[in-house]
Amino acid sequence: MTAPLLRLDDLRASVSDGHGERKQVLHGVNLTVAAGEMHVLMGPNGSGKSSLAALLAGREGCEADGGAAQMDGEDILALAPEERAARGLFLAFQYPVEIAGLSLTVFLREIYNRRREREGEAALDPMSFMRVLREEMAALSMDPALTRRAVNAGFSGGEKKRLEVLQMALLRPRLALMDETDSGLDVDALRIVSDAINRHRDGGRGFLLITHYSRLLAGLDPAPDYIHIFDGGRIVRSGGADLARRLEEHGYGALSEVA
Amino acid sequence: MTNSPANTGTVAGTVAVTGKQAAANAPKYQWGFSTDVPTEHAPKGLDENIVRYISAKTNEPEWLLKWRLRAFSRWQKMREPEWSNVNFPPINYQDAYYYAAPKRDKPKSLDEVDPKLLETYEKLGIPLHERAALAGVAVDAVFDSVSVATTFKETLRKAGVIFCPMSEAVREHPELVRKYLGSVVPPGDNKHACLNSAVFTEGSFVYVPPDTRCPMELSTYFRINAAMTGQFERTLIIADRNSYVSYLEGCTAPMRDEHQLHAAVVELVALENAEIRYATVQNWYPGDENGRGGIYNFVTKRGVCKEPNARISWTQVETGSAITWKYPSCILMGEGSSGEFHSIAMTNHRQQADTGTKMLHLAPKTRSRIISKGISSGRSRQSYRGLVRLSPKAKGARNYTQCDSLIIGGEASASTVPYIESACREASVEHEATTSRLPEDQLFYCRQRGLDAETAAALVVNGFCREVLQKLPMEFAVEADRLLRVSLEGAVG
Ligand SMILES: Nc1ncnc2c1ncn2[C@@H]1O[C@H](COP(=O)(O)OP(=O)(O)OP(=O)(O)O)[C@@H](O)[C@H]1O
Ligand SMILES: [Mg+2]
Repeated sequence: MTAPLLRLDDLRASVSDGHGERKQVLHGVNLTVAAGEMHVLMGPNGSGKSSLAALLAGREGCEADGGAAQMDGEDILALAPEERAARGLFLAFQYPVEIAGLSLTVFLREIYNRRREREGEAALDPMSFMRVLREEMAALSMDPALTRRAVNAGFSGGEKKRLEVLQMALLRPRLALMDETDSGLDVDALRIVSDAINRHRDGGRGFLLITHYSRLLAGLDPAPDYIHIFDGGRIVRSGGADLARRLEEHGYGALSEVA
Repeated sequence: MTNSPANTGTVAGTVAVTGKQAAANAPKYQWGFSTDVPTEHAPKGLDENIVRYISAKTNEPEWLLKWRLRAFSRWQKMREPEWSNVNFPPINYQDAYYYAAPKRDKPKSLDEVDPKLLETYEKLGIPLHERAALAGVAVDAVFDSVSVATTFKETLRKAGVIFCPMSEAVREHPELVRKYLGSVVPPGDNKHACLNSAVFTEGSFVYVPPDTRCPMELSTYFRINAAMTGQFERTLIIADRNSYVSYLEGCTAPMRDEHQLHAAVVELVALENAEIRYATVQNWYPGDENGRGGIYNFVTKRGVCKEPNARISWTQVETGSAITWKYPSCILMGEGSSGEFHSIAMTNHRQQADTGTKMLHLAPKTRSRIISKGISSGRSRQSYRGLVRLSPKAKGARNYTQCDSLIIGGEASASTVPYIESACREASVEHEATTSRLPEDQLFYCRQRGLDAETAAALVVNGFCREVLQKLPMEFAVEADRLLRVSLEGAVG
């Protein structure tokens, strides 16, 4: 039997607050995402969803205290962030980072070409890359003028989220962690983003979506395979698509008790 | 004020392996090769006879020899500037050569230039054959003490622009040289400039006549090749009324274990409504990780906006040299004239840089703008030193200064030393300064996308420098970005 795309076993982690204090944020997360599957994580503010994403992506300051996280059977916790990315892990940030002065086009070309080189393809020259970029941006109804700006500099909330989706489209990750990519999007943008996610679904790729709203889920086709309710640093309940609807009706209070 | 001296050895070498390339020590300086051409030297050391020797080499007129000799006698009495935040053992001026030139008659055209020299420039990315040359850039190539080739002379001559080595200008345009040489940087300005006045060899001379836009970018490429040799070029650029010229300067040197002295002087004169843009990409050999070898880059650059509405802008990208001591400045004499200084200084390992600018506002409505970006990593040390002076006559003058420092790692240092002297109430001076570390969240964002730590740092640094990189012509911006990346190697992770 081949190992699943992502497997988390009793994962525990803490974050440093920057003043020497550590705070435990993950209290034993168990989760398996097989290739082709889409999982959704929903849970109250501060329950540790973004911390889980940060731990998996390798952000400094967020450290595992126990348990394991594997991609394709390989422990990823000891790898550098770029090594995890090279294995196909992608994180759409809840709060995308601005890089003052750095041309968005240069940045995107750099990450895109790096992916091509990893896959044994030749890097694209600036002109050819520009054509690829234009096309991908058009698919997300993004304003081409954004390419002349610095990375995330002065981007609106919705523009930032679309830029995360654009990067996912350019990098074609095998495992996409999308942290509240739907938050702050208007109705049209929401449809554009869910369509984009739908286009990227295939048997070889896995998704872990973090969201607060079932309206994103309505636009996903095929529907997500699993909904997990996350509270107090772990998954407290798992179910099918109907769990999200019930959650919307009754709130976390009623559903958070471990079933 | 200082901790242990970062540089070992003396200038132009008492170190045992003098002249041998230190290639194994610093594999990343790819411009570090040397060219094996028969070289003619002046006798080692410095005295009046050497000054006469240099002057005689190009049959200089008597007035210039006298000028040199006056500078030399003055130099002997001068003290080294001590106010800067750099540290090195005393320079033994007698232990170097002050003139070195490839042995050969001066070539009359490119076809006569030693193929080995052409190849050297090719390797450095500066093809001198006009058909292969960068479109729209005329190059004066200076190899040690002499100019080996100047391209596109004909095109320029048609436009009335004079672009030639200094020795030729002394011969062909003595009235211009005599009028302006030393008019902006007088020989007694400081010890390094004074030494240059006594022993300078080559450098470029530019004159742009009134109402003329120079049809192409002008550039000089300085190459130190010979061992234990100093380079003392002198550049003079004059932009007459309503003219425009853009000039670029690039520099590299072989990797050698000894320190070599580069003491240049650059003078710019902008007359009424003229504009001079001067850009430098300085990549002299910086020495190895432990501060062995590398160029002492002690340079005096100054421009004068002599008449109303003249404009001078300095842009510099300084990644090389063991020590950089350099303050390209503007004297704003003409009403409404303006001066700009855009700088990127990047130091790694044991490099030291003390650099900045002076903006002297001597007339009404003069404007100046200073943008300085410093990046220090390794155990390097950097200071921005800037003076903005507003005279009582500078009514309505404005200055804006922004100094940003980025520190990488725990052992590098950066400091900002701004001096503001305002004798004019009706003028405005604005100063902003920041010092920061490489932002972790930005690095993480890049690395999450699959970029290694060094590339991530290079991109963030590129963003940090954007405002200055934008001031460079396209080809040079690409080159500058590449240099920044090379200088960052080994600085992160
Ligand atoms: N660097 C940090 N320093 C201190 N506390 C932190 C740090 N990072 C996260 N936390 C805390 O850890 C807890 C989990 O935060 P996390 O961002 O993972 O929540 P979340 O589930 O993503 O919430 P939301 O839905 O609001 O995005 C919160 O209480 C948060 O304040
Ligand atoms: Mg969150």
